[in-house]
Amino acid sequence: MTVSRPWRIALRTIGLAYLAALLLVPVAVIFYRTFEHGIGAVWESVTTPAAVSAFWLTLEVTAIAVPLNTVFGIVMAMQLARGRFRGKALLNALIDLPFAISPVVIGLSLILVYGVNGWFGQALADAGIQVIFSTPGIVLATIFVSLPFVVREVTPVLREVGDEQEQAAATLGAGRWQTFWRITLPSIRWGVAYGVVLSVARSIGEFGAVSVVSGKISGETETLTLLVEKRFANFDLAGAYAASALLALIALLTLLAMTLIKPRREEEDHA
Amino acid sequence: MIAVEGVSKQFGDYTALDDVSLEVPDGSLTALLGPSGSGKSTLLRIIGGLESPDRGRVVIEGEDATGVPPQRREIGFVFQHYAAFKHMTVRDNVAFGLTVRKQPKAKVDERVDELLGIVGLAGYQKRYPNQLSGGQRQRMALARALAVEPRVLLLDEPFGALDAKVRAELREWLRRLHDEVHVTTLLVTHDQEEAMSIADHIAVMDNARIEQFGSPRELYDQPANPFVMGFLGPVSRLGDQLVRPHDIALAASAVDGALEAMVSRVIHLGFEVRVELMLTSGEAVTAQITRTEADELELDTGEIVWLRAAGPTVLRAA
Repeated sequence: MTVSRPWRIALRTIGLAYLAALLLVPVAVIFYRTFEHGIGAVWESVTTPAAVSAFWLTLEVTAIAVPLNTVFGIVMAMQLARGRFRGKALLNALIDLPFAISPVVIGLSLILVYGVNGWFGQALADAGIQVIFSTPGIVLATIFVSLPFVVREVTPVLREVGDEQEQAAATLGAGRWQTFWRITLPSIRWGVAYGVVLSVARSIGEFGAVSVVSGKISGETETLTLLVEKRFANFDLAGAYAASALLALIALLTLLAMTLIKPRREEEDHA
Repeated sequence: MIAVEGVSKQFGDYTALDDVSLEVPDGSLTALLGPSGSGKSTLLRIIGGLESPDRGRVVIEGEDATGVPPQRREIGFVFQHYAAFKHMTVRDNVAFGLTVRKQPKAKVDERVDELLGIVGLAGYQKRYPNQLSGGQRQRMALARALAVEPRVLLLDEPFGALDAKVRAELREWLRRLHDEVHVTTLLVTHDQEEAMSIADHIAVMDNARIEQFGSPRELYDQPANPFVMGFLGPVSRLGDQLVRPHDIALAASAVDGALEAMVSRVIHLGFEVRVELMLTSGEAVTAQITRTEADELELDTGEIVWLRAAGPTVLRAA
């Protein structure tokens, strides 16, 4: 479609204004408000015991959820791209479930299954394991919401790369593991990296599902996003902004990583 | 020697191979020739262990290899689209089979250098496949397949993705390489010229079966059926006879058993002359004669000539 010059400029302006109003301005305001009263106040606010604990809990949850989803994601992507089995279409659709369901509903369903009155609740309690209102619950919720990313990033790359290189490796004497480590994984590495970055971003930023299952015990089961919400609800605006700035900083780093990985992933896709 | 005994293969409702048997003589370069969908690549992949047959056996050097995975068949396989390991250098590609076998580095380096010399890629060790031309990639793939000293070399349309000039060069090169290395080689191709010019033996395939096996000359001169005759070269139909166009003799006057025809077009192709004719039955026939013959007959459009089959290869039309 060819568009005349004035139209093109108008469309571009609308697009940029839309982005600015919805994304750039709010993020900029957060940073402005955060540093309004100097860096000292911010530092104090993000180094309170509750904030430090929230920061480490968020990292801990991410450090468990992302590797698990990465391994699961690669295995699943190989099944979806290469496998021939009944119910593949259904499985393919199920993978997207976390995208389709509201995080709050995910949190509630976890309580129904693992809560004290849930299906496994009694058995778990007898074994001395507390899932809901504890770190395992937060991890489960985070795994659930960030599950599709690696699968969705890696499957098309695997399809594009095809299996000829793997067959060649087999004829040259390489076993399954050797082929996976030396051929398959290196040829999908940027797709995996992109999926991991997206999973990290989602894990750190998750609020809804975690909010339902965490119990929000300050210094114990409070993640960064929950801390922001609590401070905001308690009219501690400066504190909320400081914690938000920390999240925004992580988001910007993620964005940077994505920008660096994306061209290489696309190159891999079309190599 | 590679032997295939009574191999059948179905993909769903589609029959790829129907009770196929074949023996590839030791040290030979044999071509599997046929149109696309004739089953030739499936047969090659079954011999390589990349597909398993529904029925029948694959025997490599006297050992039943039917259930043996590709890793332990000691074969070299070359794919149409090279299957180069894109993230590895040329050196690491060629060394792959040796490194997975945990060979000492010094030995690997020596062997890689030797092979890259043989395929004419010495000095390309540190390049990546995307820095090579198609022909170079395929030569790298051949070196990679030869590195593990396979008992059998299997080539699946190895030159099919290359342009005509490179294809012709590589074809000659492969023949010379085979004369040096002498590894039993089976090559899949749909290009009869390729098969005729480099193979010692050709198995012509069609519709999931092998139609005929023999030397290029045998197949050309004594085709078993109209399909083989037509696939290996041009065919003209004279009444109920199938003949090669260069085996049609033209005469200016009526001869016993000859058919009357009118010249519809004379095409001068340098030394050869192609004559398009129309039989009294209305069927079109093409004959190929030398310039001298054409001059003697003073052929021109609209003239009447008599045609008869004059070569060794005559088949009755189906």
